[in-house]
Amino acid sequence: MKCDLCGKNDATVHLTEVVNDKVTKLHLCERCAKDKSEEMHSHFGLSDLLSGLMDFGPAIENSAEAIPLVKCAGCGMTYQDFQKTGRLGCGKCYETFEKNLGELLRKIHGADRHIGKMPFKGESVLKDQEDLKRLKNDLAKLIREEEFEKAVLLRDRIKELETKLEVKPE
Amino acid sequence: MSIDALVSKKSEWLKGEGSKANVVMSSRVRLARNIEGQLFYDRASDEQRDGTRRTVSLAVKRLERFSNAFFLDMRDTSDVDRKFLLERHLISKEHMQDVQTKGLVVDENEVVSLMLNEEDHIRLQVLRSGFSVMEAWSLADAIDTELSHHLPFDYSRKFGYLTSCPTNTGTGLRASVMLHLPAMVMASQVESLYEAISKLGLTMRGFYGEGTEALGDFFQISNQVALGSSEMDILDNLERIVQKIIASEESTREEFLKKKKEEFEDRVFRSFGTLKSARIITSGEAIKLLSAVRLGVELGFIKGISTAEVNEVLIFSQSAHLQKLSGQELGRYERDVKRADLIRKKLGGE
Repeated sequence: MKCDLCGKNDATVHLTEVVNDKVTKLHLCERCAKDKSEEMHSHFGLSDLLSGLMDFGPAIENSAEAIPLVKCAGCGMTYQDFQKTGRLGCGKCYETFEKNLGELLRKIHGADRHIGKMPFKGESVLKDQEDLKRLKNDLAKLIREEEFEKAVLLRDRIKELETKLEVKPE
Repeated sequence: MSIDALVSKKSEWLKGEGSKANVVMSSRVRLARNIEGQLFYDRASDEQRDGTRRTVSLAVKRLERFSNAFFLDMRDTSDVDRKFLLERHLISKEHMQDVQTKGLVVDENEVVSLMLNEEDHIRLQVLRSGFSVMEAWSLADAIDTELSHHLPFDYSRKFGYLTSCPTNTGTGLRASVMLHLPAMVMASQVESLYEAISKLGLTMRGFYGEGTEALGDFFQISNQVALGSSEMDILDNLERIVQKIIASEESTREEFLKKKKEEFEDRVFRSFGTLKSARIITSGEAIKLLSAVRLGVELGFIKGISTAEVNEVLIFSQSAHLQKLSGQELGRYERDVKRADLIRKKLGGE
């Protein structure tokens, strides 16, 4: 298929534009797609070209109906929400929409499986933040129970953590 | 360090050092990371975004490398500040908008920077002078590993690093090389380069990355694919192709020198002459002419000026840099006058 704009190069990007409920389909070559995306760039970036890889918007026949309305447990997002914005809501979305995303990732990257670096899952900052919250609760409880000696010890630990976490004393 | 202290500093990536600095201006590696259990930027409330930024800042501060780094709250920046940071290649266009909860960390040498709450929670960038993708990667890799000892990154065994936009899923890696291709532009070879590049899993963009146009024969080439290949394979592929482009630019330059030396010289010296004499100059014209001067320096036509100096003038003569240097907001006409002044001074004009 040739590009709709220049008619010269092969169309590799397939774009659906919805303007005032009117649906236009465009088949563009890389070059014209780039120009087109620059033309629209305030609300249409290069990454949004991927919407051309998904069936875009509710106005197209046979598109949205194939995907059931499932909400991500992590962020409440549906796949239809993602189709509108091109952005996922949280890491859990990848589990929730595994099948559809797998297909999309294959179209974008030609693969759907990661080969490469694995992170070390350290949590020192998050753990300190959690500890601080917990210790503050404990302190309030000790004060309520008038256990002042223990409370003093706890207060010192809290101060230490607050310094580490740059929390300004209340 | 403050944003004003950054202004007069000479960035490491402008030094014109490193391999193939005659064709390659700079190399950049960027990693996209998100924190496990926290909503991605787009979906999060301002309060959640603020919390994420604080958490990430604290983790970054635990790294020795950032003990003298510059931490910036983007909401404290003016329009000119943000434009300045974009010109300096420290932030993206996206990071200039909705700055309420965004942050920026820049290390002492302006080699490593982190955008906090851009599209992803963390965008770690290493920017180096010349053709040094692998060096940039090994530094980014080390910092990323160190950070992961303090923060749990969102990651799945199947999909790799999980990012807000599926174009970055997997390695979260984008490596780019900024090329100066004046001879290939003169020989009308860039069009076919565009086409070839896109078939090889790479993409070609303008001076300031995504959604920007090519200026003065400068082109940015980066990997498009982030999933299904290891970081090393992605970088290796980019390196091999960029090597080919460098070789092609070099041989085209040689051919021009053999056959049409006068045409080359004419372009270089006309540009040099204009820059040394002009009293008013727009940024577009300046970049175009400076590109020719850079070529003249690399070919040895122009003596007494280094590639680093031309690189510097290229960046320092841009609108926001001029305004930061003169400490005030300037209108278009005043900027064009100041730009001409700065360029004349730096290039030894009258």
